Amino acid sequence: MRSLLRTLDRATLRDIALVCVADALVGASFGAISVSGGLPLWLPIAMSVLVFAGGAQFAAVGVILSGGGALAAVATGLVLNARLLPFGFTVADVLDGPRWRRLLGAQLMTDESVAFALLQPDRRRRRAAFWLCGLALFTVWNIAVVVGAAAGGLIGDTDALGLDAAFPAVLLALVLPSLTDPRTRAAALAGAAVAVAATPYLPAGLPVLLALLGLLLAGRGPAAPAAVGSSAAAAAVGSSPAAATEGVH
Amino acid sequence: MPLLAVLLLAAGTYAFRLAGPALGHRFTLSDRLRHLLAVAAAVLLVALVATGALTQGHGFAGWARPAGVLVAGLLALRRAPFPVVVVAGAATTAVLRLCGVA
Repeated sequence: MRSLLRTLDRATLRDIALVCVADALVGASFGAISVSGGLPLWLPIAMSVLVFAGGAQFAAVGVILSGGGALAAVATGLVLNARLLPFGFTVADVLDGPRWRRLLGAQLMTDESVAFALLQPDRRRRRAAFWLCGLALFTVWNIAVVVGAAAGGLIGDTDALGLDAAFPAVLLALVLPSLTDPRTRAAALAGAAVAVAATPYLPAGLPVLLALLGLLLAGRGPAAPAAVGSSAAAAAVGSSPAAATEGVH
Repeated sequence: MPLLAVLLLAAGTYAFRLAGPALGHRFTLSDRLRHLLAVAAAVLLVALVATGALTQGHGFAGWARPAGVLVAGLLALRRAPFPVVVVAGAATTAVLRLCGVA
């Protein structure tokens, strides 16, 4: 850990620390919203350790809390996490070495750890940024979820505190940076319209999956060719450098 | 949400994560697929924002919640720090409810 700290410059360390603080708040609200919504204490905690992907965790719990089935929750989370697939190919060079390190490092892959890795100028620092950010976030995130879940049992009326607005607010802050691309925006808005329109008629959880129809407007490739290549993952969902320092995972 | 569902989501997510590091030197993803996956994630997130902000069960969630989400969105657009975005969103909704807005 100490050599990781020495490898990186002060600005990067500060940004990683800021992301940890932001994610601690998100993790605490995830735990609180889950438990105060009626889910058992172990569920948000187990999810945070095993799934370790904030957006998908919020999405899956959101589907469940709005009355959807477990299958719809899993499907929503998986489609959301499919973005990790290209991330993995982008940072594959960072996760070399012994097998255990690849297996462990894969679990630490998040929007943030990938974004920080890609910001570094050389491979040694890319590796240091990935591991430091990944390990720090994993620790902070899971502690925060436990604290939030414990507190969630104590909060009586979460609607009076506006906590039901916190969940869409978190996701909105997460997705905004990726909506600068006009075709992504068109696909997302069309999908959202479909989902809202379908909500009165379909079982909970399905309308959000139906939003994927918006992908028909996605176009055949990235609008800006410059986004392809080494920075492709950073240009993908919510992982611009700016988003990483404000980020959620 | 049963434990099995959590395990399924975790296993699938881990597979997405591991594929690159495990197979990265043998083949690469096409730019078209990368683009599609990135857009799919954005589409789902925006749909979750819209349904989460506007609907409750099969009906309208009332005005207080979307108003709070709107405030959060505007602050996020102005690059306010993340905690400010979330707390301001929740606080807006809470205050509106306190004033009697459903």
